[in-house]
Amino acid sequence: MMDAMFPAAASEHAGEIDNMIDAVHYLMLVLFIVWGAFFLYTLMRFRAARNPKADYVGVKSKASTVGEVLVAIAEGVLLLGFSIPMWAERVDEIPSEADSTVVRVVAQQFAWNVWYPGADGVFGEADPYLTDEATNPIGLDRDGAGADDIWTVNQLHLPVDKAAIIHLTSKDVIHSFNLPNMRIKQDAIPGLSIPVWFVPTKTTVQIREETGNPDYVYEIACAQLCGNSHYSMRGFLTVHTEEEFQAWLDEEASYLGDSGTDDFFN
Amino acid sequence: MAEPVQASPAHEEHHHEQSFWRKFIFSTDHKVIGVQYSVTGLAFLFFGFCLMMIMRWQLAYPGEPIPLIGSLLGENRAPGGIMLPDFYNELGAMHGTIMVFLGVVPLAVGGFGNFVMPLQLGAPDMAFPRINMISYWCLFLGGVTMFASFFLPNGAAGNGWTSYSPLADIALNGQTAWLIGMIFLITSSLLGAVNFITTAVQLRAPGLTWMRLPFFCWAQIVTAFLLLLAFPPLEAAGVLQLMDRVAATSFFLPDGLVVGGEVLEVSGGGSPLLWQHLFWFLAHPEVYVLILPAMGIVAEVIANNSRKPLWGYRSMVYSLIFLGFMSFIVWAHHMFITGMGSVMSTFFQTTTMIISIPSVIILSALFISLWGGSIRYNTPMLFALGFLPMFGIGGLTGLPLGLSAADIPLHDTYYVIGHFHYVVAPGTLFALFAGVYYWFPKVTGRKMNEFLGKLHFWPSLVFMNGVFFPMMIQGLNGVSRRLADGGITYDFAGEVAGLNRMMSVSAWCLAVAQIPFIINFFMSIRNGEKAGRNPWNSTTLEWLAPSPAPHGNFDQAIEVTRGPYEYSVPGSDKDYAPQAEPAST
Repeated sequence: MMDAMFPAAASEHAGEIDNMIDAVHYLMLVLFIVWGAFFLYTLMRFRAARNPKADYVGVKSKASTVGEVLVAIAEGVLLLGFSIPMWAERVDEIPSEADSTVVRVVAQQFAWNVWYPGADGVFGEADPYLTDEATNPIGLDRDGAGADDIWTVNQLHLPVDKAAIIHLTSKDVIHSFNLPNMRIKQDAIPGLSIPVWFVPTKTTVQIREETGNPDYVYEIACAQLCGNSHYSMRGFLTVHTEEEFQAWLDEEASYLGDSGTDDFFN
Repeated sequence: MAEPVQASPAHEEHHHEQSFWRKFIFSTDHKVIGVQYSVTGLAFLFFGFCLMMIMRWQLAYPGEPIPLIGSLLGENRAPGGIMLPDFYNELGAMHGTIMVFLGVVPLAVGGFGNFVMPLQLGAPDMAFPRINMISYWCLFLGGVTMFASFFLPNGAAGNGWTSYSPLADIALNGQTAWLIGMIFLITSSLLGAVNFITTAVQLRAPGLTWMRLPFFCWAQIVTAFLLLLAFPPLEAAGVLQLMDRVAATSFFLPDGLVVGGEVLEVSGGGSPLLWQHLFWFLAHPEVYVLILPAMGIVAEVIANNSRKPLWGYRSMVYSLIFLGFMSFIVWAHHMFITGMGSVMSTFFQTTTMIISIPSVIILSALFISLWGGSIRYNTPMLFALGFLPMFGIGGLTGLPLGLSAADIPLHDTYYVIGHFHYVVAPGTLFALFAGVYYWFPKVTGRKMNEFLGKLHFWPSLVFMNGVFFPMMIQGLNGVSRRLADGGITYDFAGEVAGLNRMMSVSAWCLAVAQIPFIINFFMSIRNGEKAGRNPWNSTTLEWLAPSPAPHGNFDQAIEVTRGPYEYSVPGSDKDYAPQAEPAST
């Protein structure tokens, strides 16, 4: 019913969330129409001009109790049948990192720093005192495992049909990592690293074909007020085929100089 | 209220003539204080609405100079009349704060609660008249602090009415003033709550048993418990955040913050989530503080104008108490996407679904109460009836937000804004308007004009929906709240950005629709149709007192013999039987 309004869905679990929102809205619509019809009929039928003497007792039937029980049952079904299991899938059934693309996203006023572990598959250390807004916004220590790490600003790249695990944190204030097409939203909270995962199912090329819009982009939006430029904290997700993704990673890695700094992006 | 103080059998000490200051400014009379609260609340509702109307220009026409008043706003807020994002955030945060804490609560609780509840209890005044006076003046100081903060060099607070740390800890704007203002407002509510509870327990007229209490009084009692128990955690949290800002503590600041490229020199070790828990532990019950008095008013007006007893009074009262209790254990449904695990989210969404049941029962009972009635469509009744479907939409749209999985795409979008505005604006505010029209004769001795009242209601109903319904559509499209450009930065939000113009025009039309109310309000004080003691042929005790009621309230002894809504009792030739018989005149 409401699909026309949602941003185009492009992740494995998007369909079930959309269906659930649909189902809840059907329930709401039924309740509103039943209540509304009763209400309007009552207002006309029992206006003073038509019914000059009120009935002290009013409704004797227990129909409303039945209605309330039905509402409670419907809510129970939504809760136990849909919401709780779906939530458990999101937060308890995180796939193994070996089978996933693992990325860190470090939010800041007002950008998304995206951090890949590089060829060794191990993230380096970060130290706030190494932070330099121009050359090292995540405070990455290039000694050790961090030597081959890759970071970008506002550009998240992922392969299609493979679970992506994103460890979210923030440098300064609370942001919220919102991928409308993926039905993903998760606060990025300083001091905490919070994993969020999804499986993108359509490459950027595919979604452009599907929507008929050659300029369509998956956007990353900030959903939590984070300061004066909150409204413009826009990032981009590009979903590739596996081969394209590897090619992109290789290209990024090639920009890493021997000195271990990658000021290319700035 | 300009009548001379009359003798009251209950309060001999009030015989002496009082000075103007003691009578109208530093009064201890619950009715004067109630009027002070109401007028303050209405003024702040208007002010908060004005803030929103300025914001709505920026949302509809982002980056274009604000007409008429743009040049008056100052270079640091709107250079060349074009609103800066910082100013937008200030307006947003202060709109929320003012509407909730300085608009609706003072009017619904401080105003109606103070004025009506002692009268409905058959009491001569509140239990602690001086505390009552102090409570109002704390609110006044809080209001002055909030208002004055706009004129600080860095402007008012602009971190959302929720003031999440660390943003609120490190913000350069008027957050400190906001916290000080909040401490005054919270203190005011706490003093009021103690007074309301004591009054309801101690000062009920003889024969006024708990199950004969008007539903409005029950709503105020439950509300007072919510305020009493939920506000102290926020007061504590406010002090902690204040310390973070002025005394370099780190209650809400973790280690290793880097702001603007510099490591923040604080001790760290704090938790940003702690603030959210403390805040929502208040702010969820606060939602019911906004809605329960409204339900109380609607119940009074519907019983009176359907000329029959409320259907299911007892189950309504029990639902109300249950609702109050449950409202303390749903708060973290505002925090589903802070990284909550299964156990926590299961608990909070289950309690959230459970709390919807008593709301459904109360709303159903109000709908069903109309069946078999002899419905009079006067202005208070129109607003009370308008409340029902509008609050219904507000409640129903809470469902997808309360289920954590469905909340993922909807969280922090305009869907949330639409949802709670349906609850509070065409919901609570309509109920409050119903209350103003309904009890105006008791305050002034005159009725408000019916024609102007209807001219107020119908356009308000249309434009309220014009403002808030499109928010649902924007929310389903994923548009985040608190975007200073209305979402045009994003492609997905840009698709529905056009709705902003419709909403903004509706908001400005809604403002025009309030003009009949303002005219009516002031005109009727002097020129309204004279009302006797009981212009609505009502049953509850406030209508036994003279209109306007003198200091001490009643000029007769009260012995309550009936329930609150004995309308159209079979076998009686009159269609209402007052709770206590009026003295024969």
